[in-house]
Amino acid sequence: MIGDPADRTIAGAGAALRSGELTAAELLAAVRRRAGATEALLHAFLTLDSEGAEQAAAAADAAFAAGRDPGPLAGIPLAVKDNMCTRGIETTCGSRILAGYHPPYDATVVTRLRQAGAVIVGKTNMDEFAMGSSTENSAYGPTRNPWDPDRVPGGSSGGSAAVVAAGSALGALGSDTGGSIRQPASLCGVVGLKPTYGLVSRYGLVAFASSLDQIGPFARTVEDAATLFEAIAGHDPSDATSYRGPVPEVWPTLEAGPEGLRVGVISELAGKGNDPAVLAALGRTLAALEASGAVVRELSLPSMPYALDAYYLLAPAECSANLARFDGVRYGPRLPGDTVEQMMAASRRDGFGPEVTRRILLGTYALSAGYYEAFYGRAQKVRTLVIEDFARAFQEVDVLVCPTSPTTAFALGERTEDPLAMYLADVGTIPCNLGGLPGISVPVGLDEHGLPIGFQLLAAPLGEAALLRAARAVEVLAGFSARPALATSEVR
Amino acid sequence: MAYEAVIGVETHVELATRSKMFCGCPNGFGAEPNTSICPVCLGLPGALPVPNARAIEATVSLGLALEAEIAPRSLFHRKNYFYADLPKNYQISQFDLPLCRGGHLDLETAAGPHRIGLTRVHLEEDTGKSTHLGETGRIRAAEAVLLDFNRSGVPLMEVVSEPDLRSPEEARAYAAELRAVIVALGVSEARLEEGQMRFDANVSVRPEGVATLGTKVEIKNMNSLRSLQRALAFEVERQSRLLAAGEEVEQETRHWDEAAGCTRAGRSKEESSDYRYFPEPDLVPVSLDAALLERLRAALPELPAQRRARYRALGLDAEAARVVVETEGYSALLDAAGAAGADLRVTANWLTGEVTAHLRRLGLDAAGSPLTGAHLAELHSLVAAGRLSATAAKEVLGRVLEGEGSPEQVAAGRDLIQISDEGVLGAAVAAVLADHPAEVERLRAGDQRLLGFLVGKVMQATGGKADPRRVSEAIRQAAG
Repeated sequence: MIGDPADRTIAGAGAALRSGELTAAELLAAVRRRAGATEALLHAFLTLDSEGAEQAAAAADAAFAAGRDPGPLAGIPLAVKDNMCTRGIETTCGSRILAGYHPPYDATVVTRLRQAGAVIVGKTNMDEFAMGSSTENSAYGPTRNPWDPDRVPGGSSGGSAAVVAAGSALGALGSDTGGSIRQPASLCGVVGLKPTYGLVSRYGLVAFASSLDQIGPFARTVEDAATLFEAIAGHDPSDATSYRGPVPEVWPTLEAGPEGLRVGVISELAGKGNDPAVLAALGRTLAALEASGAVVRELSLPSMPYALDAYYLLAPAECSANLARFDGVRYGPRLPGDTVEQMMAASRRDGFGPEVTRRILLGTYALSAGYYEAFYGRAQKVRTLVIEDFARAFQEVDVLVCPTSPTTAFALGERTEDPLAMYLADVGTIPCNLGGLPGISVPVGLDEHGLPIGFQLLAAPLGEAALLRAARAVEVLAGFSARPALATSEVR
Repeated sequence: MAYEAVIGVETHVELATRSKMFCGCPNGFGAEPNTSICPVCLGLPGALPVPNARAIEATVSLGLALEAEIAPRSLFHRKNYFYADLPKNYQISQFDLPLCRGGHLDLETAAGPHRIGLTRVHLEEDTGKSTHLGETGRIRAAEAVLLDFNRSGVPLMEVVSEPDLRSPEEARAYAAELRAVIVALGVSEARLEEGQMRFDANVSVRPEGVATLGTKVEIKNMNSLRSLQRALAFEVERQSRLLAAGEEVEQETRHWDEAAGCTRAGRSKEESSDYRYFPEPDLVPVSLDAALLERLRAALPELPAQRRARYRALGLDAEAARVVVETEGYSALLDAAGAAGADLRVTANWLTGEVTAHLRRLGLDAAGSPLTGAHLAELHSLVAAGRLSATAAKEVLGRVLEGEGSPEQVAAGRDLIQISDEGVLGAAVAAVLADHPAEVERLRAGDQRLLGFLVGKVMQATGGKADPRRVSEAIRQAAG
């Protein structure tokens, strides 16, 4: 049975496009049908680019018809988080302060996707300026989890995770500052990869915390994530923090299996604080790895419990400066004021939501004279300790593992009144960003409510080959093939 | 009681790089508003800075010229403050790890050389330009603000001196010398009238002989050497008067009002800012390797102090050497003239005298005038050969500067070439002596006044084209 093209993997759809079994136009129509059937419920997209998508699909079909192959993403419908600039297409970052903002340029990742022949279907919903873990902080309303519409998809890249889970795109790009790709991937039952800091250009990514932000892919398989990673990674002269060396080669070892793989379980993140179902899934996966020839051991990284605190000083500090440019002077809505200062203050007060305002204030405070050393300075020291802990650990193991999220998807509204509870959702994902490491979440099972559980793997900087090999092994061992009811029902 | 001023100067210099500090936009003056802009220098969402290597090298070159310590590893920081012409609402600047630390600038003063210590030289980006519309042109009463971001992101070098300056005159001399070094390095044209070089100063006064420092006041908004000196003179006088009256100087920021000729207190409370500096996460640390430093050091040109010393050694007096080195284009003219065989002292006198006067009259600078070193050498050889009088030479210079042609062409065209033919000159002298036997007799009797009279007659007879010295010599010989 062929099934709905919207449920194909990128690899599968690519093969079908090349065999002539499927056209890019048909594939686009399929994901659009899916979006049409689910969007009213999910609200995963903020903007759809119908015209651009049709043109890209037509171009891919024309290329195939002419015997050309524009690359592995030719004709593949993808979605892009709304904090990546798209020329002439509204880019809001989920914020009122960028309502109506149409960037004059494409982010480097968007350019690379277009050059690879991808069909960009639209921009996905997100927590405002990527600050949040549930996509409830979007000024344009929350996105719902395709597995259970009463629950959140995670965040901040909740829209991207949801469209890939629902089948409204075959893959998507998100950004990950403290877990914003991996956590929603976990909650939505898809694969989410945060590459090594510097491997993917940040040019055109609207910054949240520049030293932590990294763009990465969502996909339904590790292989598809690798394909997307390869398309977007590589040096960009427009990003001074972009890595100048070669992109790690992931394909030669992707299918190498678990045999001999050295796996370290992070003691501090793999015990209490996690839901029993999450721990059970972790245990099952580790047992399967061990049974297949991996060497599994527990490792202590003592700095881990402090990573969350350090992150909530460093990230707000950077954001307080990064978001200063939104002042109503050059773009975005402008509110009146008697002086320029009042105009800026009014525009900002009105334009930013409560979580963004909270973090700007927190960061401003942390950087203030007299507090800098006690807050920002000490947080940087913790960051150094985290980096050192990871470096020591990776002398002994190839990958480190722990749950991506301590819980499965939680209910909408459950944590919105309690910012600290929301912040704790990122306890397992944040250390990876502080260390600049690559990390990935792979779905490994469902909990008692039928909600997906993610398994997180981390590798040393530039260790994408080891990371994806291990992730692929976990994917095979877990054999996770469930899809949300919404994507399989005949409602559509 | 006599008071002594203690002054430190902060100088901002726009670098003459082809592109801006963190983007590829052209760095130029005078373009239509908001035409040299891009996502980066407009602070659009998602845009990222990429440092301009040439600007870093220019700053390091200045550091080397000033014998500063060059940091092997340097950092950019974000300086946070909200202002409409600062597109990101933070300025990428440097904080505790500037490119250059220390160093000094040696001033030649009447009392001998005076070494002015430097604190640091760092690199940052310039802001855009605000134009406040409204009757007063002042910020508070403005009806509208127009923003031009062409200047946004232009590389700006900041040179901070130690409080080693002791008078407004000395501060001015420091600024002039710093400008000369910068121009010699070619890192900026440092055109004051175009805002390419701007000054802030810290100044305090104390009773002479007292070692402790008085309360310092920061003065901002000086855009010329003259306003720097005037602002400081005003401020030193103001503070001295306060102290003399037993009052205290308030620590504050004051703005120089060029038109009114006074400093005015800023809104001190509102202006005391916490810039919340932190390392710029969009940039990596600047690492300068030894090979680059060596290359930059080897490429340093002759610096003003070295050049002055060279001219002094070649016979110029201190003042002439100073003016030639300080005035843009003069050294090049002098060196070219010298290379073509001209006498440097004579040429320097022309430059500091006639050329300066004519340029001022014509509203030109040396670079914008038609005068070349070859012209000066040609003029000198005309005078040396006795074909042009010193007076005529000055006139010729004026004509050359007006674009009339080379000195030869001007002198010939205006019939200013002196009679250099001995026979012609001898005949003219003989004729005058024959016509005035009585005067010749009185000259022979020792009345020297008659020499001038007879020279005058010869000059008259030759239409002013004889060399009066040679005429005088010829008369003396003939009458002797």
